[in-house]
Amino acid sequence: MAAISLRNIIKRYGTGPKANQVIHGVSAEVADGEFVVIVGPSGCGKSTLLRMVAGLEEISDGEIAIGGRVVNDLEPAERDIAMVFQNYALYPHMSVFDNMAYGLKIARVPLPEIKQRVDKAASILELGPYLQRKPREMSGGQRQRVAMGRAIVRQPQVFLFDEPLSNLDAKLRVQTRLEIQKLHRELGITSLFVTHDQVEAMTLAQRMIVMNAGRMEQFGTPEEVYARPATTFVASFMGAPPMNLLKNGPNAALGGPSGALLGIRPEHLEITSDGWALQVETMEMLGAERLLYCRMGAEELIVRTHEGQAAPAVGSTIHVTPRVDRLHWFDTTTGHRL
Amino acid sequence: MVERSPKLDFLAHVILILGVVVIAFPLYVAIVASTHTAAEIFQSPMPMLPGPHLVQNYREALLGTGNAMGSNAPVARMMFVSLVMALTIAIGKIVISLLSAFAVVYFRFPFRMLCFWAIFVTLMLPVEVRVGPTYHVVASLGLINTFAGMTIPLIASATATFLFRQFFLTVPEELVEAARMDGAGPMRFFWDILVPLSSTSIAALFVIQFIYGWTQYLWPLIATTSDNMYPIVIGIRYMMAGGESLTPWNLVMATAMLAMIPPALVVILMQKWFVKGLVDTEK
Repeated sequence: MAAISLRNIIKRYGTGPKANQVIHGVSAEVADGEFVVIVGPSGCGKSTLLRMVAGLEEISDGEIAIGGRVVNDLEPAERDIAMVFQNYALYPHMSVFDNMAYGLKIARVPLPEIKQRVDKAASILELGPYLQRKPREMSGGQRQRVAMGRAIVRQPQVFLFDEPLSNLDAKLRVQTRLEIQKLHRELGITSLFVTHDQVEAMTLAQRMIVMNAGRMEQFGTPEEVYARPATTFVASFMGAPPMNLLKNGPNAALGGPSGALLGIRPEHLEITSDGWALQVETMEMLGAERLLYCRMGAEELIVRTHEGQAAPAVGSTIHVTPRVDRLHWFDTTTGHRL
Repeated sequence: MVERSPKLDFLAHVILILGVVVIAFPLYVAIVASTHTAAEIFQSPMPMLPGPHLVQNYREALLGTGNAMGSNAPVARMMFVSLVMALTIAIGKIVISLLSAFAVVYFRFPFRMLCFWAIFVTLMLPVEVRVGPTYHVVASLGLINTFAGMTIPLIASATATFLFRQFFLTVPEELVEAARMDGAGPMRFFWDILVPLSSTSIAALFVIQFIYGWTQYLWPLIATTSDNMYPIVIGIRYMMAGGESLTPWNLVMATAMLAMIPPALVVILMQKWFVKGLVDTEK
């Protein structure tokens, strides 16, 4: 177990004037035993960041330290880390036992200890009956557990997860998510988890790094990121349906700076008898709630109501009042929170 | 066929039976001829049923006790030479191609693509094209009439390198990364992971290259002069040196049958491996 320190990490592809910089100075301190999720849309650089921590990508500038030790020049195997890949990356011709034991075999760990560690990991992950099977004889969820088992037996200081749930079907994803949480509670190993799914981020993270286009936009707990997003990107990325951002909202009436973007989440717009006049264009019935896609002048808004309330007809006009303790103001040019 | 009419079925069967007959009949004649004495074969019509001299003919051929005008060399020795040649060439080609494909796919070094294209260009240089210079080099090194001289010029294969390169390109990048995380260096990765994954390709190539080595004619013809270093295909030719009426056709046919057995065995045994490799789906 160890703390991870990212100090002004920069990643460039190519050299000289035509170099393409994809990560622009990310700095973060992950505490010992913390579960940090790196979340962002495709192409934002989250996997690249993880791979730099793993040692699979060169660090163009900046330092990464694990447990106080700068690891920039160390091979992945020397960094005392273990990684779980999106496509499991199991050795297809080896049994589950051999897959988990391979790293230990190379490190010349004595056989009795290998067996003991593998058996322990197998019992945590309920893989006991499958130890002699080959990966192709197992389902996706089981394979992912074998991949996690392979990481556990190394007893590393840090776990790295690269979108491990993306290849699983929806139900299995929820199940494996709970297993990962359980694992973290039991083993308490510092973990970095990359995902593009904000639900996974919200449920798994103790703190999360929200990335966009190579920049870290916010680093905070799920509550902070949801309730006090630092930029418009974070505001619209976290939460489904996304936060409403109004360019020409009634800022003055609500006590906000003029010319700023007004942000209000769909669940914080209450349907009242007076207030803003919205025209309902489409309605989505989700079971426990309804989403109303509305229009107020040139602005489009989403309103969330629960199924207990009366359903407005499509095309009708409704009135909503925003909760004044849930307003967010953002600078129009920089997108930063005001 | 989408339509199944009795007429088309019959036609298909007729064509297939004809094909089998055309291919199998000469084989049958050879088998029959190897079981009679030379005199019996020369009767016309030639006997169509196997005769009683099977063991005697094969023993004469294998031990070289006949007294014909052509070569009397023991076929047993020739089979041994052919076997050594075919095995050395097959195994040598596979080992060399595995290593060169590994280098080209997994490493970055200066002139990498140049090396790759140079290997590609050698596809245009089969033995027949380079026979003169190769003979000169082998003779200068004193390797005429040796196993080394017969096998080394044939031991590199561009086709095998290609096959392995294409296969290695399909191995997912994450497998390499997982191995790196586990602390496996390049050769460890090669030996523990890449080679076992390539086993189907290796089996297929072994069959092809074994048969290639077994049926080599031009190069051994030039590179050997003493009859205890002839491979069996050349031995057959020299047995017929005495002219048609003096050639012991029964022994020639027996030798031909012996020459066909090892490649047939290799194909039959290896088939089990390919099918197993094709049936197992991998992730």
